[in-house]
Amino acid sequence: MTSAKESIASLEDDFNALSVRDRLLLLLEFSDNLPDLPARYSEHPDLLERVEECQSPVYLFVEVEDNQKVNLFFSAPPEAPTTRGFAGVLHEALDGHTVDEVLAVDEDFPNRLGLSEAVSPLRLSGMRAILRRIKRQIREKLV
Amino acid sequence: MSVAFDSSPKFAAYAHPEVLVSTEWLAQNKDLPNLVVVESDEDVLLYETGHIPGAVKVDWHTDLNDPVTRDYVDGPGFAELMSRVGISRDTTVVIYGDKSNWWASYALWVFKLFGHADVRLLDGGRDAWIAEGRELTRDETKVNPSDYPVVERDDSKIRAFRDDVLKHFGNPLIDVRSAVEYSGERTHMPDYPDEGALRGGHIPSAKSVPWARAAGENGVFKTRAELEAIYLDEIGLKPSDDVIAYCRIGERSSHTWFVLNYLLGLPGVRNYDGSWTEWGSLVGVPIVKGTEPGRAPVR
Repeated sequence: MTSAKESIASLEDDFNALSVRDRLLLLLEFSDNLPDLPARYSEHPDLLERVEECQSPVYLFVEVEDNQKVNLFFSAPPEAPTTRGFAGVLHEALDGHTVDEVLAVDEDFPNRLGLSEAVSPLRLSGMRAILRRIKRQIREKLV
Repeated sequence: MSVAFDSSPKFAAYAHPEVLVSTEWLAQNKDLPNLVVVESDEDVLLYETGHIPGAVKVDWHTDLNDPVTRDYVDGPGFAELMSRVGISRDTTVVIYGDKSNWWASYALWVFKLFGHADVRLLDGGRDAWIAEGRELTRDETKVNPSDYPVVERDDSKIRAFRDDVLKHFGNPLIDVRSAVEYSGERTHMPDYPDEGALRGGHIPSAKSVPWARAAGENGVFKTRAELEAIYLDEIGLKPSDDVIAYCRIGERSSHTWFVLNYLLGLPGVRNYDGSWTEWGSLVGVPIVKGTEPGRAPVR
């Protein structure tokens, strides 16, 4: 399996290779393909943490398997495709990687996807907020 | 060649019925040659998830705001944007968007800063169109770039700056934010990111009328009688009043500006787009906390 670092590098390459308009369409793909919550979370929305910094509602839950592997779960409505897209990119970049790798991810990487111009810096700050909350949940869950 | 107005009876009661069209009218007329449909949303990707066939997108952040200065695009910037989306100076523009046309009203207000003559809103916006099961598409709209003249922005009539607000004391101010923002309990909308204001509260003497009170069921504008009951009877605005409306960054207050200016026909309504993110951080300006408007400072 590729490392989180490699996943992020390849996401950065994918986005930056595209025109500004096509970067938006790629973000839309991530929004469309954001995995649904498994029943254990969709039936217990109280377990999820709300990301307040995002303009549209997004909820997240982080599982740390055996103190080692990070599993990410997100929920955001289809009327909030930008936020869903951010969640989808983070899922692609980080899901299934190790605790150490995820905690080592540069919190500035959302700024390197070439999306500032496409979605505006203010909106992009929501994606950094999701990343910070993922890391915080991991730290809280380590035994 | 001008595009006929929507003669719906509901609109006829408004001071300016020509600024609204119904979903049915738009479905019938959207392919007319001199008409361009514009979608303007809060979410920058919502248009891409599906839009009215033939509509183009104008985003408040990436298209209407200057990327460096806190201001709107200038004359050449607006002309470039209009040319890119295929709007000519005599084009009829119909704008629609999410959240009861909140951002669509904001876009319309910016079009009016540049004096674009014929700009209308789709009553009920994106949600009304979808609720009626009307068609959306992800197909890319083919645009024939137009040649739009460079027109200087006119900030003197419908836009207020902070100094205008200071000079305005004694005349009505309308704060269209939520009750908790008005009272100063918080500096931003519940559930929204904090865009930064150092103090909470409202501008002295401003009355609280949250913007969404102007929207009825399905996000369509309330009738003229319902709007008069709120703004004239309850709040006490007079038909001849000069009014300044504000919110947090000027988007929600564009919606109220639209209502007061076009639907009720007040002659001198301005939108203070600096709004609370400016006023709440300005050094030395007066602020009132709590649920009462408070007194206007004596000039």
